[in-house]
Amino acid sequence: MMDALRRLGLSGWEFFLLGVLVLVVVVNASLSPDFLRLANQINLFQLSIEKVIVALAMTFIIVNGEIDLSVGSMMGLAACAFGWMLQSGVPAPAAFALVLAIGLLGGAINALFIAGLGLPSLVVTLATLIGFRGAARVLVEDRGIGNFPSWFTGLAQGGFIGPFPFSMLAFAVLLAFAWIVLGRTGFGRKTYVIGTNREVAEFAGIDTARHKAVLFVASGLLAAFAGLIYAARVGAVRGDVGLGFELDIITIVLLGGVGIAGGTGTMLGTLLSILIVLNLRNGMALLNVTGHIQTGVIGLLLLLSVLAPRIRLGWLWGRPRFEEAR
Amino acid sequence: MGGLLQRLNPQTQRIAALLVVLLLVGLFFSTQIENYVNGRLFNRITSSVAIMALIATGQTVVILTRNIDLSVGAIVGFVAFAAGSLIATHPDLNPVLLVLACALVGAFFGAINGVLVAYARIPSIIVTLATMAIFRSALVEYSGAQSITTAQLPAWLVAFPNYSVFSLGEFDFRAGFLTALLIVIAAHLLLARFRPARRFYAVGSNPEAAEMAGIDTRKVVFSAFLISGALAGLAGLMFLARFGNITVVAGLGFELRSVAAAVLGGVNIFGGSGTVLGAFIGAVLVDLIEFSLVRWPLVSEFWREAVLGTLILLAVSADAILMRRLTRLRAEWQKRRQKARAAKEAA
Repeated sequence: MMDALRRLGLSGWEFFLLGVLVLVVVVNASLSPDFLRLANQINLFQLSIEKVIVALAMTFIIVNGEIDLSVGSMMGLAACAFGWMLQSGVPAPAAFALVLAIGLLGGAINALFIAGLGLPSLVVTLATLIGFRGAARVLVEDRGIGNFPSWFTGLAQGGFIGPFPFSMLAFAVLLAFAWIVLGRTGFGRKTYVIGTNREVAEFAGIDTARHKAVLFVASGLLAAFAGLIYAARVGAVRGDVGLGFELDIITIVLLGGVGIAGGTGTMLGTLLSILIVLNLRNGMALLNVTGHIQTGVIGLLLLLSVLAPRIRLGWLWGRPRFEEAR
Repeated sequence: MGGLLQRLNPQTQRIAALLVVLLLVGLFFSTQIENYVNGRLFNRITSSVAIMALIATGQTVVILTRNIDLSVGAIVGFVAFAAGSLIATHPDLNPVLLVLACALVGAFFGAINGVLVAYARIPSIIVTLATMAIFRSALVEYSGAQSITTAQLPAWLVAFPNYSVFSLGEFDFRAGFLTALLIVIAAHLLLARFRPARRFYAVGSNPEAAEMAGIDTRKVVFSAFLISGALAGLAGLMFLARFGNITVVAGLGFELRSVAAAVLGGVNIFGGSGTVLGAFIGAVLVDLIEFSLVRWPLVSEFWREAVLGTLILLAVSADAILMRRLTRLRAEWQKRRQKARAAKEAA
């Protein structure tokens, strides 16, 4: 059976995720008859569309052996910058483009310290998490900005092609692009190699610094785009937009089979994980479970998913073997 | 100057540099704001540091072993709430028992983290990401979406952190701050002088070498998380005493600030080096900047976080560049010494 799975391109982990997804969908459908209706499915996707867009970039970053904690704050900065620009009289399309530029710039700041100076990404993106959030608060202070033009809010509300909003279609396109790049291009292969062993990649002639720079700039850009989508969906922005999002996003990617040490994982895994987390949250919301507890359940799922493959007799008292983390 | 640098070890250099930065920042703001250096600023900083110092100390021990504890904020929140509801229903509870209970509950959470990281060998960032969410939802469940209010707490608890033990002029040294300071100093001395505590540094520096040297790395990592949890529990009690009103979002964001304080204080994120004293000064620096910015009329208070983020970036960059230069310098000095020795032997 494992060979059949491998021929299908599925690893053991993705098969496990598929099983969990089916389980979650079945349980949800039995608990609520409306669950499988298209409107509900679109809705549950939309509620977290910003996070799943960024998860695409986060997959690349974690496979590369790095981490980007600043995405939530960049989302907030992008949303707040957009609101602030509109209030200052900048025409909306120009503001849109400028905000994307801000995303590029933010990603470049991360890239400068991580790829340029070689500092650990955990610390750098921790600092930019705080810094970008600060910048967002400087722009918006403690007010809220709303009143966005209807073409803008229409990006994330209502149907664009059929019942699907523009944001969902954008996600689908980005997903396809990310999938192909990660799985089928040289750039994707390099991402895996650098994540597995950076020194080996260097010796093989790969410019790892430039590669990382590209990834972090892309992450910033995508986070800014997600921030704009958030602003469009909610219709208003405040200083705390995107607070804590990075943890959800990282959880989704890790659950999808991307090892925290880098070098493993696929976009398929991320996609399955996205579907699981979104359906799980939706099901819990239908059961009136509060947001904090939903997050707790997702956390538990993450732990169990990492724990399960390691349980074998004697793991508690065996001496540690120094192998790569999953 | 070179001679002095050679004699002081890098950690002491780092602490000295931090104190200099602290002084410079203080001097700068004192020129910008009137009535800056007064008792009120001191009180605000010390009350805030009293809580953060405990968390940062625990975080430092964990980071020393090449791990990270993102769940401390949730532990602080939970223990603050649990202690509040405990004392509200048993107002005659012995204070010592309350302190012990908080440390034990915190240690319990720390033990969960410790088992998963040390024995199940799951990377700490995954474990503590998950336990952060799980502990927070445990808090929500336990509290039933209610909150603790100051009115429910006994007077001695609310008064404790603000009780002025002694004053130097207008600077009040309060009980809360002094307790935290004592714990920090004790932790620092233990880590620096107590032989078994060297294991934390060993495990973080090179886990494989530590294992081969006979150190039980799993026990060491487990105890690091135990300590972090216990200290977070004590911080939770301090939090309860200071704020009185506890809601489900208590402690949110503390984990990142404790990492920031540790990193600013010279604790290497890759493990193996750093001091608790440095983290303490890092926490003081963070709070100094925050509270100063609030009072600086030139710049709105909303700049706090932006400045803090920039500061951390600068500190880590400077640290990395200095470390690289120092290692290169040390290598050169060693080569020179070896050449001198070889020349002497040849002669």
